[in-house]
Amino acid sequence: MKIVLKNLTKIFPSRNKKSNDEVIAVNNFDFEIPDGKLIGLLGPSGCGKSTTLYMISGLQKPTSGQIFFGEDDVTELSTEKRGIGLVFQNYALYPHMTVKQNILFPLQNLRGEDKMPKEKMLEQAYHAAKLVQIEELMDRKPSELSGGQQQRVAIARALVKMPRVLLLDEPLSNLDARLRLQTREEIRRIQKETGITTVFVTHDQEEAMSISDMIVVMKLGVVQQIGEPQNVYDSPANLFVAKFLGTPPINVFEGEVKEGKLLIGGAVVLDVNGVEDQPVTVGIRPEGFILDEQGPLHCRLSNVEVMGRDVSIVSTHEHSLNPIIRSIINADHKVNIGGEEVCYSLKSHKVFLFNRDTEERIYF
Amino acid sequence: MVESKQQWKAWLYLAPAIVLLLIFTVWPIINTVSMAFLEGYSGLTKAGGDVTFKIGLGNFIHVVGHPDFLQAMKNTILLCLITVPVSTILALLIAVALNAIGPLRKALQTIFFLPYVTNSIAIGMVFAAMFNVIGSIGTRRPVIVSYGIVNDIIRLISGNSDPKNFINFINTGSSYEMNMLVMVIYIVWNALPFKILVLLGGLQSINKQYYDAAKVDSAPRWRVLTRITVPLLSPMIAYVVITGFIGGFKEYTSIVGIFGENMGPVHDAGRLNTMVGLIYDSLELDNQGGASAAALILFGIILVVTLINLQVSKKRVHY
Repeated sequence: MKIVLKNLTKIFPSRNKKSNDEVIAVNNFDFEIPDGKLIGLLGPSGCGKSTTLYMISGLQKPTSGQIFFGEDDVTELSTEKRGIGLVFQNYALYPHMTVKQNILFPLQNLRGEDKMPKEKMLEQAYHAAKLVQIEELMDRKPSELSGGQQQRVAIARALVKMPRVLLLDEPLSNLDARLRLQTREEIRRIQKETGITTVFVTHDQEEAMSISDMIVVMKLGVVQQIGEPQNVYDSPANLFVAKFLGTPPINVFEGEVKEGKLLIGGAVVLDVNGVEDQPVTVGIRPEGFILDEQGPLHCRLSNVEVMGRDVSIVSTHEHSLNPIIRSIINADHKVNIGGEEVCYSLKSHKVFLFNRDTEERIYF
Repeated sequence: MVESKQQWKAWLYLAPAIVLLLIFTVWPIINTVSMAFLEGYSGLTKAGGDVTFKIGLGNFIHVVGHPDFLQAMKNTILLCLITVPVSTILALLIAVALNAIGPLRKALQTIFFLPYVTNSIAIGMVFAAMFNVIGSIGTRRPVIVSYGIVNDIIRLISGNSDPKNFINFINTGSSYEMNMLVMVIYIVWNALPFKILVLLGGLQSINKQYYDAAKVDSAPRWRVLTRITVPLLSPMIAYVVITGFIGGFKEYTSIVGIFGENMGPVHDAGRLNTMVGLIYDSLELDNQGGASAAALILFGIILVVTLINLQVSKKRVHY
């Protein structure tokens, strides 16, 4: 089931009638989510990603715009009739029901042709439980489960009626780091197994990148970029997206383009043919640095962190907009760094130029 | 050392309350228990001089042998068994409805709360007026001054203006069932505000997300109420039921309010007597021993019922 969002806008009116401080939570969101894909809505808190999710669920009504499930316009349809599964941020498991009752509940509400006999319900509930590997927890109450187990129950409850669309609101935010890693793989596996179109919301770029077919980066209600995770990472549309994706984060410098050359602090660091002369903001991915004694970019060395596979070099530069510059160098060949200065040359496909004022990407 | 000093201070602050409790609660309890077992105990007799009372169960036997005892037990238990469930269910529905509406909620809340702050004798008299038929009733040609608002409504709806078309709720010649009906309506109405207040408070503390989850799960309204609201509200419901039973067993003023000290229609005084009514009767006869015994019996019944309630709620109340 594809989901089409057409000019979706949500405005929260201001509380105080006199003042005019209404909030545009989502601004003109236009996107077609292909059938059977896993989509990550990504952005800092307050960017409108959860609001978008809740509008798809029907729990919040859009101020304007339309939502289609396949060919059906569901904009005016109530949540009950949309046939969605939703995993809430804090799971919202019914505390007085056992795991089994929680998972059975959506099935017991089916009406008309979908209504099924008790044995069929149980069978389906156990099937869903098996999918998330909680069969042995069926008679427990939610309060007797760990966060990760609760999360799986929530997913089972959302999946059991085979929803047309599965929505997940920051599903991993309550889990510890290891469980998070494990669970996100599981979400990916379950999504692939069931083939249900899935939208999930997160503020963790790594999480979104690792499991999504496509990511949507949002900022202040406005979609910044939509694309496959690798594409968005390799080719950010603007400075915000470049900064938001990637760990360690991108290094940002003040630079200048003159006669087809990129200058940082007066030194020519890269050829950028076809770019007009102008002051620019330069973004360089940590893996975009090459250790080179003759390299044009001279930085003051502050620290070298050996991480086994890689070496992370921390340095500073007076034209850097971040307090530190972090580069990641493959540790295969022995790295020999000493003294006060470290010199780099740059990989041109890891360097992005942005307009100083609009922060939009300048392609070269 | 600091700790013991602190403790001493704590006791000092508690002292006024403890002294008052000892004088007005603990001592009367001890006194009541001892009086109940002193046969024929009476304040007046005692004041008369050097009298000793025999220790025994005479007071209890006397109370149980009271002509109204069985009737009072029956009335009390019947009123409890009918009014507590009815008022709890009504209060639940009203609370859920109040919780669901936006505007007018505060106004309606106030209206529903009014009986709580109104004197129950006064309400009783108003109820009596509403259900009363004033005038001479019977085989003589009826000369009726007023049918009372309830009968007026019944006559209006039924469209039958025959002078004999009225229901005798509480007047002379009225039936026990009609008397009880009026009592049940009065007690339920009077019990609603407190229950609504407690349940509404409970409803407002239920996480809204469960209702969102129920919407996602396509639960129809009735199932949301029975499968989600009621279980999540069960601690409050248990509280309301237990206090309702305790209050119900102490029913007295409502009957006085409607029927006066007769505790029943004129032709059958005492027909609506209750356990607390018996205690009062004994006191009026200056039989403090009997009153104490009746109070202890009532206490025993309330204790047993409350224990049963707690036992049931242990199984039914979640968390």
